[in-house]
Parts: sequence; C-alpha cells; structure tokens
Amino acid sequence: MPWDRNRMAARAAQELQDGWYVNLGIGIPTLISNHIPTGIAVTLQSENGMLGMGPFPIAGEEDPDLINAGKQTIAELPQTAYFDSATSFAMIRGGKIDMAILGAMEVSEEGDLANWMVPGKLVKGMGGAMDLVAGVKRVVVVMDHTDKAGRSKVLKSCTLPLTGKAVVDRIITDLGVLDVVPGGLKVVELADGISLGHLRAATMASLLN
Amino acid sequence: MTKTYTDADAALDGLLFDGMTIAAGGFGLCGIPELLIEALRRSGAKNLTVASNNCGVDGFGLGVLLNTRQISRMISSYVGENAEFMRQYLSGELELEFNPQGTLAERMRAGGAGIPGFYTATGVGTIVAEGKEHKEFNGRVHILETGIIADLSIVKAWKADPSGNLIFRKTARNFNVPAATCGKVCVAEVEEIVPLGSLDPDHIHLPGIYVNRIVSGVHEKRIEQLTVRPKEVA
Repeated sequence: MPWDRNRMAARAAQELQDGWYVNLGIGIPTLISNHIPTGIAVTLQSENGMLGMGPFPIAGEEDPDLINAGKQTIAELPQTAYFDSATSFAMIRGGKIDMAILGAMEVSEEGDLANWMVPGKLVKGMGGAMDLVAGVKRVVVVMDHTDKAGRSKVLKSCTLPLTGKAVVDRIITDLGVLDVVPGGLKVVELADGISLGHLRAATMASLLN
Repeated sequence: MTKTYTDADAALDGLLFDGMTIAAGGFGLCGIPELLIEALRRSGAKNLTVASNNCGVDGFGLGVLLNTRQISRMISSYVGENAEFMRQYLSGELELEFNPQGTLAERMRAGGAGIPGFYTATGVGTIVAEGKEHKEFNGRVHILETGIIADLSIVKAWKADPSGNLIFRKTARNFNVPAATCGKVCVAEVEEIVPLGSLDPDHIHLPGIYVNRIVSGVHEKRIEQLTVRPKEVA
C-alpha cells in the first residue's frame, strides 16, 4: 500500500531533529506539525515574519494581524518572535534555517526542483520558494510519486521551469524515500508493501541501490 | 513642522503623479495601507508601477486600483488571490515582473540603504536569472539583483508618535519596513497616533527618519483565510 498523505507527513516528521528551525511549505508539509515526535522541539518559521508559529487560533481569538505564509490565521507561542520580510529572508538566505519541507510538481535526479509554474497555465508566482530552496541548509520534498495521469514526477531532468537547480537533498513520496546523491537517486526506504520493482517502474530517473 | 495629516487624501496631497513608482507594504491583506490605497483610488493617479508582494483581492487592498485601471505594472512574488489581476495580466493590459519574495524584500531594503545592487543565489538556474549578471563567490554562482528606489512608499503600522516613529503589530510588520525605507517619500497610516514620549525608544521598529507623513484612521483589517480550531474541552 502506498503511503497516504498522513503517512507521508508522519514519515517527513521523522526528518526533524531537536532544536531545529524549520520552514514548512503548503499542502502535505503543513500536516507535518501534527506528527512531530515527542521529545523533539522544533521552531517553525513562517516567511512572512515569524519564528515560533503556533497552531490555528481558538475560534473567536483569530487576529487579522497574525497569519502564516499561506495567509491563514494562526496563534503565537511563548517563544514567538516577529520581524520584517527583509529580516525573514536574511535568515533564510543566510543559511540559518535548518530544513525546509516543500511540495513539488517535479524533481530531477540531480536535485532540480520545479514547483511554481506550468507554462500555458495560470501562474500565481513563486512566493518565497526560490529563496527557501537556495538558502536553507537541507531541502526535503514531499509529494506523490506520480501525477494524476500516472506519469512519474521523479525524472532524469525536469520538464517544467525550475524553482532551483541542484537544491533537493531528499524526496519522500507515497512509494518511499530517495536521496539525491552523485550519479542518481539512492533508495533509502520503501513504503509498506511497495517493492523495488514497483518503485523502479514509477521512477523515470537513475535509481541506485 | 508637523508630520501629522488629517486624513489619507491630505497625506498624499502633492506627492502623486502619473507614471510614478510606489512601494507598498503588506503581505496578503495583512498590514496593508488600506486607507492610503483608497485615497490613491480617489486621486485618479494612473499608469502606476507598484512594488508589493501581492496585489490584494478583488475589491480590497491594491485590487481596488486594478478595477480603476490605475496600475500598469506590478513587481510582486505572488498574485494568486485576485481574478481581476489575472484577467488584466492575461489580456496584456497589466505588466507583471515576478520577483522571489526574499529578493523583492532585499531589493527594497537595499534601495533604502543606499546599496544599488547585490548578489544572491536565489533564482540561479531559473527564468529569474535570465539576462542577469552571474558571478561566482566561494565556489557558488550568484546573480546580480538591483535595489528598488520608489517615488513614494505607502505603509501601515500599528502606532506612531508625532515624530513618525513606528511600531508594528505581530505579522503585520512584513514588507512595511523595507517598503518604507525605499521611498523618496514615505507616508504611513496607523491605527493610533500616541503622544510624544509614550513609545519606549528601545521598542521602535522603524525610526521616524524614514517617515515623512502620518495619518491615523479606522482600519477594516480583513481576514483572507479564517482558520480556527475548536475550543479545548477541559
């Protein structure tokens, strides 16, 4: 059985280390905060200007001055700090954030990432994704292994416009976990009941054992 | 000399001209200068280039200046929340320059800090890097980005004192600080102007040297995406 969204988020949560500062993208990565292992304290950064991002507020306590990068209302924590956007991206670009976990449309075996633009379709913008993948120490992608038509999203080279070149360190999909290493992708882990053959068939990139 | 103006129209009086560049603070609808945007609409100033992370939503924030066709060019990182924006962009009425969010913030900061350009690894190998100077530092390729100097900055803060010192609230600070610094003139709208001496000098987020005019007023502060959790049962 391939992992569902929650299992993928739970697997991604195992990437977190105690004391880390982490930026979570929208989509499956936002679910990761529900799976942070006990004994692991991470501080979430929201690139619109907040460290120590809390959960959604209790109904009635929402504050229009307090939102996350997805523009959702959120709550603060005792350790929360606020700052402006230039300071926020100074800490991202300056390599102070330990890990970013992002969604993707395509990832290549060289760690190229495409997650912001499909030519011919409505382009909304890259937001902070290009800054994050260029600046954060470790970049983990969480996504479905194939698209809705069954085509692999793990490729020799990306077909879509890039968000960053050679920026991805690890790929977590519904089929397993792959690391970007010299020469291709190394299989780190298979999802429950997924065979290496199944993974190979769904992957259009060089897989190393 | 007073920096305090009676209303947003008075605060912009004499500063506007067609074809000008305006830097605006805010992220989504959080911390946007909604009173000054409305005053800009009433002014009729047109052919504007606006540097702002987003472009409001239909009918609120910078979106109101799209309905009146006053904006001809946007410099933004994300514009997905606005149907009228997309319509004008796809029909060619509106020019759009996408900047990575951190690059946009730093372009404003640099412009305000007297730094004409800076190198960054953000966007290397992407369409953002096309046509830009590439240079290697410590074995890594970077691209040259330029500072933004706007004719006018419009920002929103929580409190000001009469000297223009500003304090922001929570994540509403966002682009307001870099946007304020990169304008040749900066007009700030606030929820409250407090007497001189009532702000702690150690807690000023933006010193008054960056702020030429201030105006206070009632803000709608619309929420773009309300997300809540149920009250925990004890």
